[in-house]
Amino acid sequence: MLIHPYIPNSDLETKKEMLREIGVKSAEELFADIPEKIRYNKRLNLPPPKSEYEVRRHVESLLSRNKTSGELVSFLGAGCWPHYVPAVCDEINSRSEFLTAYAGDVYTDLGRYQAFFEFQSMIGELVAMDVVSFPWYDWGTVAGDAARMALMITDRHEILVPRTMSPERLAILQTYCEGQADIKLINNDHESGQISLEDLKSKISSKTAAVYIENPTYLGFIETEADEVSHIAHQYGALFIVGVEPLSLGLLTPPGEYGADIVCGEGQPLGMHMYFGGALLGFLACRDDEKLMSTVPHRLITITKTATKGEWGFTYVLPERTMFAAREKAKSFTGTATALWAITAAVYLSLLGPKGIRELAQVIMEKSHYAIKRVSEIRGVKVPAFKASHFKEFTVNFDSSRKSVEEINRKLLQSEIIGGKDISKEFPELGNTSLFCVTEIHSRADIDKLAAALQEALQ
Amino acid sequence: MTPREIGGYHAVAWKEPIIYQLGREGRRGYRVPPVEEEIKATVGDVVSRLPDKMRRKMPPDLPELSEPEVVRHFLRLSQQTYGVDTGIHIHGTCTMKYSPKINEAVSRSPKIAELHPLQDPETVQGILRIMYEFQTWLCELSGMDEFSLQPRGGAHAVFSNAHIIRAYHKLKGELDQRNEMITTVLSHPCNGGSPAAAGFKVVTLYPDEETGYPDIEALKAAVSKRTAGLMMTDPYDTGVFDSNIEEYVKIIHEAGGLVAIDQANANSILGRLRIGDVGVDLCHFNLHKSFSTPHASTGPGSASIGAKQELSKFLPIPIVNFDGKNYYLDHNRPHSIGKVAEFYGVIPNVLRAYAWIMTMGAEGIREVSEVAVINNNYLINRLIGIRGISLPWQKAHPFRLQEARFSLQKLKEDTGVGVGDVNRRIIDFGLQDMETSHEPWIIPEPLTPEPPETTPKEDLDRIAEVLRRISDEAYTNPEIVKTAPHNAAISRIDQTPSSEPSRWAMTWRAYLKKMKSDRK
Repeated sequence: MLIHPYIPNSDLETKKEMLREIGVKSAEELFADIPEKIRYNKRLNLPPPKSEYEVRRHVESLLSRNKTSGELVSFLGAGCWPHYVPAVCDEINSRSEFLTAYAGDVYTDLGRYQAFFEFQSMIGELVAMDVVSFPWYDWGTVAGDAARMALMITDRHEILVPRTMSPERLAILQTYCEGQADIKLINNDHESGQISLEDLKSKISSKTAAVYIENPTYLGFIETEADEVSHIAHQYGALFIVGVEPLSLGLLTPPGEYGADIVCGEGQPLGMHMYFGGALLGFLACRDDEKLMSTVPHRLITITKTATKGEWGFTYVLPERTMFAAREKAKSFTGTATALWAITAAVYLSLLGPKGIRELAQVIMEKSHYAIKRVSEIRGVKVPAFKASHFKEFTVNFDSSRKSVEEINRKLLQSEIIGGKDISKEFPELGNTSLFCVTEIHSRADIDKLAAALQEALQ
Repeated sequence: MTPREIGGYHAVAWKEPIIYQLGREGRRGYRVPPVEEEIKATVGDVVSRLPDKMRRKMPPDLPELSEPEVVRHFLRLSQQTYGVDTGIHIHGTCTMKYSPKINEAVSRSPKIAELHPLQDPETVQGILRIMYEFQTWLCELSGMDEFSLQPRGGAHAVFSNAHIIRAYHKLKGELDQRNEMITTVLSHPCNGGSPAAAGFKVVTLYPDEETGYPDIEALKAAVSKRTAGLMMTDPYDTGVFDSNIEEYVKIIHEAGGLVAIDQANANSILGRLRIGDVGVDLCHFNLHKSFSTPHASTGPGSASIGAKQELSKFLPIPIVNFDGKNYYLDHNRPHSIGKVAEFYGVIPNVLRAYAWIMTMGAEGIREVSEVAVINNNYLINRLIGIRGISLPWQKAHPFRLQEARFSLQKLKEDTGVGVGDVNRRIIDFGLQDMETSHEPWIIPEPLTPEPPETTPKEDLDRIAEVLRRISDEAYTNPEIVKTAPHNAAISRIDQTPSSEPSRWAMTWRAYLKKMKSDRK
């Protein structure tokens, strides 16, 4: 008989005693609700139970077959980026209290509510918006939420997005709007990459619920005419939604200052490891406007006071609005989110401070520009595709080498380098092209190694 | 005795300032990795080359603290948070089971933390194998044919399944006609919200007074040519198993619809009932409930969705597959509903749940459901004797599965003390507050404790003792309950900002602005 370490009442005597108190002879009687004929009485085909030591051995041996982005030098980004995670971030998100709390009220869980408020406050500063919601899954799903907010507010059924939008996020947006709105692509300028204001003007109409842009774009460059896009969207009564990468906001004008109604973005760079894409953090912000807020699908937490002077408290704003209370009338869903990552992001941004985030953004830019420079010196590559300012990602085109990105990446891997993301299928108009990412973790030696290996791979 | 002496507990109360009130100008908590001089010399002043319109003029107002100050602040906030590891935490509908430390330890290995999702499959065979085997085990546990690990939480899983139902009818050319989704009111609210978000009109069935679940006839009356499917939770949050399920499946299938079961409460049926065997088409498991991954202060959780063979082609892409030699991400599924979230799911939680199943094995899994159900019925037995507490549908369902939803209606009528008061008073005794009920409250003054298998008997006795004392207080000294909590970190919260636009502030910047205009 197995006495399981996680199951305190699994010994026979305790069970007997409890069953006696309940007044039944066997535990089977307690399952009376489940009709006999649909019960499963066979033995599940699962591996035999293992001790903690065996589990560790087994899992570690499987994990040892992975080669990490730390062991190799990786230049992959595209929605999940390699950044350094300060030790304090892991220390705080390993705290058992944060790790194992869930849905307690403010009286028992004051600390996590305060941390959420602080997360919201710092994101609000980065994007220059007054309202920030409870964190959510990832950039793609909050972009979906933002689009659906616009559909509800305007009662229109069309969303305009730039052709340069991340295909991963676009796919999510399509699921979120399936059957409820058409998504139309706005072309971009072939020279500068910038969203075409002409094309926008020709496609926008009184049917348009929202215009969405990304800044920096998926392809790494900065949209300069964002304020013009905002102006055009608002002329037609559409909302203006902006998706952002947060570290870039150490240097870039925040969307709240160029007319955004809703801002969404990806918080993974703020202290989360990459986890095979499994530790993303979507954030959603909007203007302090009751009409906008009434369509936010997620919890909104406000600061408040208590009966004792000098004490802070927190509570939910307009709680009747979400699915929890309104069920189908909310026409949206919310629930278990990404709170532990929001707490981590608050820790990260507190460590950085206003000067740190500016410096970090500058370091990223300097290193990525150095990589652009070094790679552009190689014969047979064109980098980047567009004449525009880039932040941490940029495209590299190999058309004149007659080698596919796949072949080149395979060669790079032999030199222990993970090359950029192959985007030749996502953006056929860009040809045989790869999307590279360079951050503060890449040293000059790493970048020089990449340049040398690329040169070799292209020969 | 004071309320504090009676409770025998006091929460940590730091009166911790908001982080913006700490630190001082110029302080730093982190040194940014430097840039080599050669790089600087090569690229020059990159910032000045930013287009002027896009160059940030004012730095973001972030706090300025040193590293020790940041650590102390957040450590104090963690101390003011009550987790499963802190004490008695049996918040119902959430399956607050213990999250084993070994699973935490392996999930934090750099060998998983430092993997990029787009790495060459050759470099990630270890994690792909774990994902693949985990999908297989979930099939075995549910009787389904294929699983996707992509959805991030229960409501997201229901949303994804609603889209699969959509895609199924669309392919058959019947989507325009089939725009109604049936659910039951005792199902989690997401079974209303998520199908509505997927574009369905939602029809809600109410429970029969005798049985606690809808009458077969009620379902028959709701079904029509417009029915797309049935999405409901089973077992319910009342701890009642809706034993009509087989009949429901028959009726919905005959009408041309599909059935998706929300298995948020699967903890009590693990290894005892496989929903796929009953003919159900789609289901999901919450890894942060039944499979022990930590609840993480409200996520990241994870909810995997399972489909029968005929529907598996609609699952989100990619699915992990095995060609006999290598594991790979299968994107080539033309009928897929596409993406519901970025990349492949909450992978560290998949690893934790994988390790948990491995620790349990087939025998351990059945032990989980057995002890969870024993614990719950032991607690029911202890609580129904307490004055003012009753268990609705007790006659039809004297025994419950993973949890039970009690009513404190009698207590309220007798003493004026309601469930909100009791739930705040519980805190004074060192317990985490409990689930009342999801909306709407079908049971008046509801209280829903759920003691999972990891709760020791002594805790169950303590919970019963605390609720008995609070009941006594309600009948003899109701004020002490109504004015609770007395031993929490803070006193009663001013709820005005909840609905008052001039007072609510989701950010410090909004708070400062509103304070300023207040003073004017």
